[in-house]
Amino acid sequence: MGGKYKTPMLDELEKGPWPSFVTEIKKAAKRTQMADDELGQVEKSYVTKRGYWKHGGIVGVLGYGGGVIGRYSSLPDEFPGIAHFHTVRLNQPSGFFYTAEALRMIMDIWDKYGSGLTNMHGSTGDLVLLGTTTENLEPLFAEYSSRGWDLGGSGSAMRTPSCCVGQARCEWACIDTMNICNEVTQYYQDQLHRPSFPYKFKIKVAGCACDCVAAIARADLSIIGTWKDNIRIDQAEVKKYADAGMNIQAEIIDMCPTDCMSYDGKTMKINDVQCNRCMHCIAKMTKALKQGKVKGATLLVGSKAPIVVGSLLSWVVVPFIELKAPFDNLKDLADKMIEWWDDNAKPRERIGELIEVKGMRPFLEAIEMPPVPQQVREPRKDPFFFWSESDFN
Amino acid sequence: MSLPERQTDIGPPHYEKFLPPIVKKNYGKWAYHEVLTPGTMVHVAEGGDKLYTVRVGSPRILSTDTIREICDLAEKYCDGYLRFTTRNNVEFLLSDQKKVDPLLAELKAKKYSVGGIGPRISNIVHTQGWVHCHSACTDASGLVKAIMDELHDYFTTKALPNKVRLAVACCVNMCGAVHCSDIAVVAIHRKVPVIDDVNVGKMCEIPTTVASCPTSAIRPNPKTKSITINEEKCMYCGNCFTVCPPIEIHNPEQDGVAIVVGGKVGSLRTNPKFSKLAIPYIPNEPPRWPSTVAAIKNILDVYAANAKKHERVGEWIERVGWEDFFKLTGIPFTFQHIDDFTFMRDTMRNSAAFKY
Repeated sequence: MGGKYKTPMLDELEKGPWPSFVTEIKKAAKRTQMADDELGQVEKSYVTKRGYWKHGGIVGVLGYGGGVIGRYSSLPDEFPGIAHFHTVRLNQPSGFFYTAEALRMIMDIWDKYGSGLTNMHGSTGDLVLLGTTTENLEPLFAEYSSRGWDLGGSGSAMRTPSCCVGQARCEWACIDTMNICNEVTQYYQDQLHRPSFPYKFKIKVAGCACDCVAAIARADLSIIGTWKDNIRIDQAEVKKYADAGMNIQAEIIDMCPTDCMSYDGKTMKINDVQCNRCMHCIAKMTKALKQGKVKGATLLVGSKAPIVVGSLLSWVVVPFIELKAPFDNLKDLADKMIEWWDDNAKPRERIGELIEVKGMRPFLEAIEMPPVPQQVREPRKDPFFFWSESDFN
Repeated sequence: MSLPERQTDIGPPHYEKFLPPIVKKNYGKWAYHEVLTPGTMVHVAEGGDKLYTVRVGSPRILSTDTIREICDLAEKYCDGYLRFTTRNNVEFLLSDQKKVDPLLAELKAKKYSVGGIGPRISNIVHTQGWVHCHSACTDASGLVKAIMDELHDYFTTKALPNKVRLAVACCVNMCGAVHCSDIAVVAIHRKVPVIDDVNVGKMCEIPTTVASCPTSAIRPNPKTKSITINEEKCMYCGNCFTVCPPIEIHNPEQDGVAIVVGGKVGSLRTNPKFSKLAIPYIPNEPPRWPSTVAAIKNILDVYAANAKKHERVGEWIERVGWEDFFKLTGIPFTFQHIDDFTFMRDTMRNSAAFKY
């Protein structure tokens, strides 16, 4: 198999040092007609500068409303191998850890039922299997689920939660991101597999303000690790950084956003009352500076990409929450957020957009959070504000 | 052929099954880490255990063949343990330092790109493009390949003032953190969609289609049982096409890409930031998008030459000012750069202090 199409345009993308997706499609095309026809259609797109995929249709496995994205070529006569080319989202393990044994099992089943192409991973975090037919979906799901692997989310549903590597391999993780991610994924299985929300709802868990999983930009509920007490300083290690050539004044002290640090060549001092826990000094001097010991998370809500009325970054709603397994306090808060959103949103309205329409107050009241200055950059500027009866008591 | 019995709502396998013994033992007990080379780092536990990580780039689209090859390497050097990063790199996890150099030698022989750690470029987060998406107006994988070939040294060796996070989105839906990246490409439309009235009437819910428009440019047209679009209001976002396919937004000769810069997600030093418009339009130039690649290289070079150590692209631009950004990069400033959508109040200058 393979080689049915001449691909002079795509062949140009096999040149150069970075690994080539064209080479990957060609490898699969040696074994499956699907991948070969995919190669042919993509080459055509490169010539005409347009795609040839129809909108997704409703396909899936019995009892689930998501996890499979229907995909059909708009040129099925020309490229019959990809008349059906559905995407299957397999829910990744927290932190994207695998064993070779598990990956080989996943690949063996995929070679039996699909194109031989994958995405490691999709933007939301799923292990994405690219290209199979409607009739293969049930057997494929039986093979995977019987071996302990389930589908991820799609459509107007809880989407597959994801997280950074956390305490598995990072000294900065203030919370157990992988455990939180796994727990909320298990807790929301029904909402993940059976779309019943106004629109998508994403949860991402980052261990610290470095936010390696882009939680603050890409999650309706962003969970970001932080701490409350003083940064721990190892003065001997500070000296070693200085001895190794670090310009502590320029690189650390002068770059502190709250101007709360000093260094006289011998001793580093931090005025912790002024520290806003941005992570700069700790990230640059990881041997010398450690976060405090009172650790937890900040919860923020609302971020999303530009569709429909502009991008949003998540807003702080809960400045600090302790998160200990099984994280019932987090699940309880998330339930309240989702319930308020589900009761009030129009179809295709994200929670951040709904808060903009309804105001932050009803949302905070729904999740039983008081107003605190940590939630805002600055108070409102206009003299127009609502009073409710409860404010007069 | 009999199939095994399916299970439902079991969720993903528990991650503990996939953790190397050294990670299980030191979970939550890591003391510090050091970047050893652009592609290797060591994490040291409180008790002294050392975990070595070797990072390699990937095109994200991987064949099962390549994944099996990666598994072979993990079995040979890492007792079968590996992970992927949130930016689609592969990480080999080694508890035995003696195996690091032999792994690096084999990766080099097999032409893997080792790097992406520290103040440099990591893999480009990107979307499906023409490979697999109906709403794509460029090909994400091809752009990524062409950009990473050009910037390859910044992945494998060369250092920058700080890390630079790149992203490519093949339409404004932005399935990836394009809106908060240091430098990102987003594909855009520039022409009002063409309405297929007959099929709109047959296939689409008119109220949903009307509601999908962020600028209220769409009105129902009872005569045709379709809709009309006010051309003066349409900003070509394509959301109507998403809910109603017979509203054709694609226009191969007029579609292209915009470049946005200065976003970040971390809170280090300065708050997380959205990316802002640098270049409103570059035509689609498959297979290797030379104008787009050159534009990104130019922005990166100007940043590398002018930013202070540890400044991200957005922090550097905010320090010197956007008027300097356009001057230093030589990028023309156009009407498209002035926000006339949702952020105008936040983005116009209200001060008499500025630079030339």
